[in-house]
Amino acid sequence: MSARGSSNRADVVIIGAGVMGLAIAYNLAARGGRRILVLDEHYLAWGASGRNGGGVRQQWSMEMNVRLMQESTEICAHFAEEMGINVWMRRGGYLFLARTKAAAERLERNVALQNRCDLPTRMISLADAQDLVPELDTGNTGNRGSTAPGATPGADRFVAACYNPTDAIVFPWPFLWGYARAAERRGVKIQTGVPVTAIERQGDDFVLTTPAGVLTAGRLVCAAGAWSPRVARLAGGGLPDRPVRHEILSTEPLKPFLKPMVSVIESGLYVSQSLRGELVGGVSMPEESNPDGEVRLGSRLDFLTTMARGLCALMPRLGHVKVVRQWAGPYDVSPDGNPIVGELPGVPGFYVVCGFGGHGFMMAPVVARHYAAYLDGGPPHPFFTAWSADRFGPGGAPPATDREEMIIG
Amino acid sequence: MSRKVILCRCEDVTLADVQHAVKLGRADLEEVKRYTGFGTGPCQGKECLREVAHAVAEAAAIDPAALSPFTARPPLVPIELGVLAAAGRRPAPSTRK
Repeated sequence: MSARGSSNRADVVIIGAGVMGLAIAYNLAARGGRRILVLDEHYLAWGASGRNGGGVRQQWSMEMNVRLMQESTEICAHFAEEMGINVWMRRGGYLFLARTKAAAERLERNVALQNRCDLPTRMISLADAQDLVPELDTGNTGNRGSTAPGATPGADRFVAACYNPTDAIVFPWPFLWGYARAAERRGVKIQTGVPVTAIERQGDDFVLTTPAGVLTAGRLVCAAGAWSPRVARLAGGGLPDRPVRHEILSTEPLKPFLKPMVSVIESGLYVSQSLRGELVGGVSMPEESNPDGEVRLGSRLDFLTTMARGLCALMPRLGHVKVVRQWAGPYDVSPDGNPIVGELPGVPGFYVVCGFGGHGFMMAPVVARHYAAYLDGGPPHPFFTAWSADRFGPGGAPPATDREEMIIG
Repeated sequence: MSRKVILCRCEDVTLADVQHAVKLGRADLEEVKRYTGFGTGPCQGKECLREVAHAVAEAAAIDPAALSPFTARPPLVPIELGVLAAAGRRPAPSTRK
């Protein structure tokens, strides 16, 4: 069929049917008047949207992130009701623990900022942290559990803790089905298993080559997460973000016992108990060398043992809990750690939304809402200035001096 | 009847759940796993993968041989955190005999 055929032309083609692409499609379709197509090389939940830990938190060090996540958390809280799909959301809060004085001072600064944003985060005593999570070995009130083999009692000697009760966890996958179904009801077409192999210009349009045929797009939105640099290259542009493998594990289901997501600042360890009862968590590993910039998704024993040591030291009673599964997903990391959004310099009509590190999933509901408004010609949300794609290019704005401190995992 | 036929005993996934997933267009074992949760419990699909594959093939009217199993994830069998923690601990030089 001809690329000019009306059935093969969309006003907006979104590449990437992860939560960001689907949520943008859903929000943009609500504004009407456009043919919108979402393409994905794989199936729904294949990429990072199906591989993350489902954390939805509002505790950040940058005001932009705090405020966006306050809005995003509200969207998540009403998602099940609006979309008619269970997302297994549980508001058990997030408990952060710090081992060093420097990290404790950072937490205090961040709590003050969060309070100015009307978030009820507070610094709490280690005794209060232990009341919240009795299984914790905080190292200074005696070990209440049995010591697991391989764990060192009192190894985690914490100096400070902060807690926000309104943070949450969700089960990520139903967000994709919910957004996809609602977008389709609004007329969006979603095609999975369709990789884009070439992108060419034809006047102001883009011509996309896929195994399913040739398509024409008025505008392109690249929502391919850690795979975005590859898509940008097809379109003749460049993106400076890089994929960083992060691993995660799940245990057998347990009776509900763990209320908040617990995270240790220095090690990047995080663990929560899902509504299904499993413990799900990860830990920072040294960044591996990755000169070719390819996304790597293999699992490593080193992660499994590092995480097991961290968990057993944090909660010695977990020693007998069994790990059933581990997997990996990519963090999508920009040079200054902040996202990259808006029109890509040098490629008019090509819009990017990437570089969200490990928190793209939780930010997607709110970012997509404002992104759709922007694509619809509305005034840009301030993040379009702060996270503009041209800050990395020649003659771009100086690199952001503010870095988000609360990047976990 | 199919509502009572349990295919995945870890996660209580029934034949009707699988048929519903296929009806929604999920005819691949990776997608059916994600939609129904089958194979995500303690057995990790070792007991149910074949049964679910046959149910998917029948519901989607495709040859079972055309279906690939979902990606097997480590560990091979469930392992206690304490065992993994001890396995990862390299002996300190001073304790070596």
